[in-house]
Amino acid sequence: MIDRPADRQAADPGLVHLTIDGMAVAVPPGTSVMQAARTVGVNIATLCATDSLKAFGSCRLCVVDIAGRRGLPASCTTPVEAGMTVRTQTPQVARVRRNVMELYISDHPLDCLTCAANGDCELQDMAGAVGLREVRYGYDGSNHLVATKDESNPYFTFDPAKCIVCSRCVRACDEIQGTFALSITDRGFASKVSAGMDEGFLASECVSCGACVQACPTATLIEKTVIDAGQPDRSVHTTCAYCGVGCSFEAQLKGNDVVRMVPDSAGGANEGHSCVKGRFAWGYATHSDRVLAPMIREDIADPWREVGWSEAIAFAAGRFSSIQRRHGRDAIGGVSSSRCTNEEVYVVQKMIRAAFQNNNIDTCARVCHSPTGYGLKQTFGTAAGTQDFKSVEHADVIMVIGANPTDAHPVFGARMKQRLRQGAKLIVLDPRRIDLVRSPHISAAHHLQLRPGTNVAVINALAHVIVTEQLVNEAFVSERCDARSFAQWKSFIAEPAQSPEATEVFTGVPAQQVREAARLYATGGNAAIYYGLGVTEHSQGSTMVLGIANLAMVAGQIGRDGTGVNPLRGQNNVQGSCDMGSFPHELPGYRHISDDTTRATFEQAWNVPLDPEPGMRIPNMLASAISGQFRGMFIQGEDLAQSDPNTLHVTAALSAMECVVVQDLFLNETAKYAHVFLPGTAFLEKDGTFTNAERRINRVRPAMPPRTGLPEWEAVCQLATAMGYPMHYVSASHIMDEIASLTPSFAGVSFAHLDRVGSVQWPCTEERPAGTRIMHELEFVRGRGRFLITQYVPTDERSTRKFPLLLTTGRILSQYNVGTETRRTANTVWHPEDMLEIHAHDAEVRGIADGDAVLLSSRKGTITLHAHVSDRLPEGVVYTTFHHPEAAANVVTTEYSDWATNCPEYKVTAVEVRPFD
Amino acid sequence: MIIAGLAVGASRGIVYLRSEYPQAIRTFERALTVAYAEGLLGASVLASAHHFDITLRTGAGAYICGEETALLESLEGKRGIVRAKPPLPALSGLFGCPTVINNVLTLSAVSDVLAMTGQEYAALGHGRSTGTMPFQLGGNIARGGLVEVPFGMSLRTLLDDVGGGTLSGRPMHAVQIGGPLGAYLPSSQWDIPLTYEHLAEIGAMLGHGGIVVFDDTVDMAEQAQFAMAFCAHESCGKCTPCRIGSTRGVEVIGRLRRGEAPRAHWDLLEELCETMELGSLCAMGGLTPMPVRSVMKHFPSALLTSPSRTTTGAKQ
Repeated sequence: MIDRPADRQAADPGLVHLTIDGMAVAVPPGTSVMQAARTVGVNIATLCATDSLKAFGSCRLCVVDIAGRRGLPASCTTPVEAGMTVRTQTPQVARVRRNVMELYISDHPLDCLTCAANGDCELQDMAGAVGLREVRYGYDGSNHLVATKDESNPYFTFDPAKCIVCSRCVRACDEIQGTFALSITDRGFASKVSAGMDEGFLASECVSCGACVQACPTATLIEKTVIDAGQPDRSVHTTCAYCGVGCSFEAQLKGNDVVRMVPDSAGGANEGHSCVKGRFAWGYATHSDRVLAPMIREDIADPWREVGWSEAIAFAAGRFSSIQRRHGRDAIGGVSSSRCTNEEVYVVQKMIRAAFQNNNIDTCARVCHSPTGYGLKQTFGTAAGTQDFKSVEHADVIMVIGANPTDAHPVFGARMKQRLRQGAKLIVLDPRRIDLVRSPHISAAHHLQLRPGTNVAVINALAHVIVTEQLVNEAFVSERCDARSFAQWKSFIAEPAQSPEATEVFTGVPAQQVREAARLYATGGNAAIYYGLGVTEHSQGSTMVLGIANLAMVAGQIGRDGTGVNPLRGQNNVQGSCDMGSFPHELPGYRHISDDTTRATFEQAWNVPLDPEPGMRIPNMLASAISGQFRGMFIQGEDLAQSDPNTLHVTAALSAMECVVVQDLFLNETAKYAHVFLPGTAFLEKDGTFTNAERRINRVRPAMPPRTGLPEWEAVCQLATAMGYPMHYVSASHIMDEIASLTPSFAGVSFAHLDRVGSVQWPCTEERPAGTRIMHELEFVRGRGRFLITQYVPTDERSTRKFPLLLTTGRILSQYNVGTETRRTANTVWHPEDMLEIHAHDAEVRGIADGDAVLLSSRKGTITLHAHVSDRLPEGVVYTTFHHPEAAANVVTTEYSDWATNCPEYKVTAVEVRPFD
Repeated sequence: MIIAGLAVGASRGIVYLRSEYPQAIRTFERALTVAYAEGLLGASVLASAHHFDITLRTGAGAYICGEETALLESLEGKRGIVRAKPPLPALSGLFGCPTVINNVLTLSAVSDVLAMTGQEYAALGHGRSTGTMPFQLGGNIARGGLVEVPFGMSLRTLLDDVGGGTLSGRPMHAVQIGGPLGAYLPSSQWDIPLTYEHLAEIGAMLGHGGIVVFDDTVDMAEQAQFAMAFCAHESCGKCTPCRIGSTRGVEVIGRLRRGEAPRAHWDLLEELCETMELGSLCAMGGLTPMPVRSVMKHFPSALLTSPSRTTTGAKQ
C-alpha cells in the first residue's frame, strides 16, 4: 500500500485539502496538482514539466479530470484548491494522453534502438507509460525528420529531427542560466528551437553550460561522449575541481571511463546547475600529456628519467636532507596547492612542519585571496566568507567588486542573475564593464568604473557618504560592534578627504554616482557584497578587504540572509588550503604558530617539537633562493613559473635551487626547473574533500583508482617518512579524522558524516552538526566587529610618460587560470589566445587596429598579443586574460604586493602598447 | 476604456489592434488625437482628478494574439504564445501587473449601460444574454455588413430579413457562426434565438458574432479541412494537441476526402477532436474541433463520399 503522508499532515490548518484518486491529500497552497499527487505516490505522466523549471503546460500529457472543471486541465499548471476532486486515471484521460503521445510519435524518427538516448529517454518512457501501441496517422504526413543536425558545439549535438518542442532547453537557458541564447522560432507545426538568431550553437551567445542538454527529455540535445560511448553503467558523486563554487556532480562512467559529468541537483552549491568547465571540460584528466610515472634528473639540463616511486622518493628525500645538513633546516620549504584536497594539503603542511622541521610552508592562495583571510579575520574574526550562495536569493542590493562572476564563477553568476532578474539592484565596482553590467534583463543601477588601484578611495567614499548623510545603522553598530574602534574610524571616514567629491579626480568615478550607490547600499533593503581578485591583488588588497568589512558593518549588512561579505574564491579549494594551515604563520584553523597552547596540541598529536617562528612566504623563499640561502622546494600543484608575478624573477629563483620537487598532473612551466617530478592525481582519482567559497566541505570521491598507482597524500607521507619523520594513514578519511581532532571548526566533520548529510559549511561542531550557513548571526566570531582605519595610499605602480597605460587582468568563462587543464580540452574553441583589450582612442593614437599584433611592455618585460579594440574599458586602461603561456602576462607584472600579505599586485601594471612590426 | 480605468483605478490603457486592419489603425489614431485634444484623455480626464492614457499597439500578424495571454506576451515584446492560467491576468497580467482585458465589444457596451440603466440595457436582450450584439454578416449573402440587434432574434430572421438571403440566389446550405472556429449550422438549426445559451445547447457558439453564409454548392468537407488548416496556420505552437494535432487534422480529413479507409479515419478524427478539445492549452486548439464536429454531425456525407465538387460556395 502506498504511504500516505497526507494523513499525517491533515491537522495543519495552513494546508489545502483535496482528494486525488480517492486519497485525501493536504499540501501547502500554491502546490500544483501534479506535485500534490506525487506526495501520495501518484506520478502523473509528463514531458514538459521538470522540477528545475517553472510549470509551462505545453505537452498536455499530464491532463487530469477535476470534478466540475471543463476539459482536462494540465496538472502541472493547475494549483490545488480546497475540496478539489481529482482523478488522474479515467478512460477519457488515458485516451487523451495516448492520443497526445501518438501525435508526438507521428513526427519522431523511429530509431529508438540506434538512438543515443536509448534507455535514457523520457519520450520513450512516457510512450510506455501511456500504452502507445500504434500511430494511426502513419508516417507520410508533414514532419521534421530531415532537419539538419547542429554539431557545431564541441561537446553536444542538437538534432531537431528528435525535438518535441517542449521548450525545456529554452526555459533552462532563460530561467536557470539566464543567457537567453535559445528561443522557439516560427510558430505552430513549424516551431523549432533555435540558438541565437538561428546561427547554430557555437556561433550563438550560448555559453555551453549544459543546462539545455540536462533539461532535454530526448536525444535532441545530447553529449557527444554519450553518442560515442553509449549509456553509462555506474556513477560516483563527487565535486568539480575548477573554481571556488564547488559544484556537485555525478560522474557517470563505463568501467573507468567517464561518459559524462552531470550536475547534482542535491549539490548545496549548484543545485543541479553547471558551467562549461565542470560539465564538459574534464577531458584533461585523462589527457595523454598526463605524466603517470615518477621522474628524476640530476640537473635541470638533463633529460628526465622515469623511475619507480621508491627511487623517486629516496632521491628527493636524499637531496632535501643533504641541503638541510649543509645549509640548515630553513634552507628548504614548500608550497601547497589550492587545487588539491584538504587531506592532501594537510599532509604537505604537516610534512614541512614535522619532517622539514620549519614553517616554510605557503600556498598559492598567497597570490589570490591572502588579503581576504587577513582582512576578515581582523574585522569579523573569521577568515572566510559569511554566507552560503543561496543567501543571494534574499538580497535586494548586490554589490560586485572586482569580480566577474559570469565568467569566473559562472554557476554562482547564474544564480545571482536569477535574483537580479527578479528585481534586485546591482552595483558594480570595476574598471572594466563586465558582462553583468548589461546582460539580458539585467542592467546595473550603478557601474562605478574606477581607475585601477583606487579601490580603497572608492570604498572609503561610499562609507563617507553613509556616515555623513546619517545613514549609519546605529542599532547594529552599537549592539554588535566595538565602540572605540568605530568612533576612531568614524572621525577618519568623515574627513572631507574621503568624500566622493575629493576622490573623484583620481578614482575617475563621478561623486554623484558614489553618493547614489552608497545610499542604495545602506537603504535598499538587504545588501550583499561579492568580491574577487580585483579587490585582493593590489598593494592595498588587505586595506580594501578591511574597507569592505567596515562598509558592511556600518550599514548593518551582515549576519542575516541576503547580506554579508563574500569573497568569490578562484580555485576549488582556496578556502580549504587556507583552513588547513598552509600559511607560514598559522596551524590548521588559523591559529598562530607562536601560540604555545595550540603548538603544544599539535606537538603532542604529531609527536614532534614545532618551530614557534613563522616561516617564509613564497616571495621570501624565491628571494632567498636567488641570494643562495634557500635551496630546495616541494611544489604541490602550482605553476609558479607561470602564475606568479615577474616571471623572470621566479625562474631565476627556481634555477638557483638544488632540489625542486614538483607534484603535478603535467610537466608544467615550473617542472622545467624541477629535479623530481611526482605525478599527481586528477580530481576523478582523488578521495577527500574540497572546501568551497561558502565554507562548504564537499566530498571528492574517486571515480577511478589513481592512474599513477599512488594517492597524492601517500606520496607526501612516504617523502616525510624517508626524511625521518614517519607519517602513515590508512586512508584519506583517516587524515580527516586527524584534522577534525585538531581543528575546532572541523570538529564535527568526518567522511561518514559528509556521506550522510551531503555537505556541511564549517564551523561544524558537535553543537552544530549541520554546519553553519551564515556566520556572525548573533555576534561576530571575534565578539564585537572591529572597524579599522583604511587610509588610501596610491600604489607606487603608476602610469608614467614611458608607460602611460594601466594594465589589469581577468579570466574568461571557457578557460581556467593558466589553462593547464582547459587548454587540454575543446574549450580552446572559444578562446584560442589571450587578447589585449584596448580603448578605441588609445588604439587609434598608437596606430593599432582591431586584431593587430602588439607589443605590451612594462618596466619588467615585454610580451606579444593581438589587440581587441573594446568599449568595455575607459581610456588609459588595457586588459588581458592570462590563460595561455604564449602570452605570458606575468612577464610584465611587477614585484609590488599587498603590504600585509604579499599578495602580488597583478591588477595594476603601468604599460605601453606599440604595434608589432 | 476610460470608464473601465476609472472603475478599477487604472491610469493606463492599451488598445491592441491587428496590423491587418490599417484603416482601423488610422481611425483609432485620429480618435486618440481628438480625445487628447478634447481633454477626454491625459493627466486630467474631463478636468477631473483622474489621469488616464491610452496607447495604441499593433500586432505583427498573429491571430493567436487575440487570445488574452498571448496578447499580453505580445505587448511585452515577446513571441505571442499562450500562457497557462492561473494566474489570471486580473491578478498578474501585463509585466506582472493586474490587468483588465476586454474585447472592444464589451467596452463599447459600457457607455450604453451607463447611458441607459442596467435594467433598461438588460431588457434589450434575452435570458442571460443581455443587451445587443453587432453581427457581421458575410459570405454568400445579399446584404452583408455589420448589424447590431438585441440578443434573441432568430438566425433565420437575421439571414433572410436583414441579410436578404444568398447573393448567388441559390438555396442557403450552411451557416458558420462565431468566427473561423464556430460551428456550421444546417437549416434545421436556423430558428433558434441568437443567444449564448441557445447556441451552447446545440454545440455551437456565438463568439464575436461573425456569420458566414454558404449556398448549396459548398463542399462541407473542404470547410472542415479549412478549420484544421486555419488552426495549423495560426497555432502558436506551444501545446501539442494544437501544434501537431491541427496539421494531422488537415491530413486525416484529406484522407477522408480521398475516400481512404473512411471508417478508421472517421474514428481517428473523432479522437483527434476530443484530444484537441479537452487537451489544448487555450480556446484556439480547444475550439477548432467545433466546426469539424458540426460537419461530421450535420453533413457527414460530405466527408464520407468521394468528393467531386470543388467550388467553395461562399464568396468571401
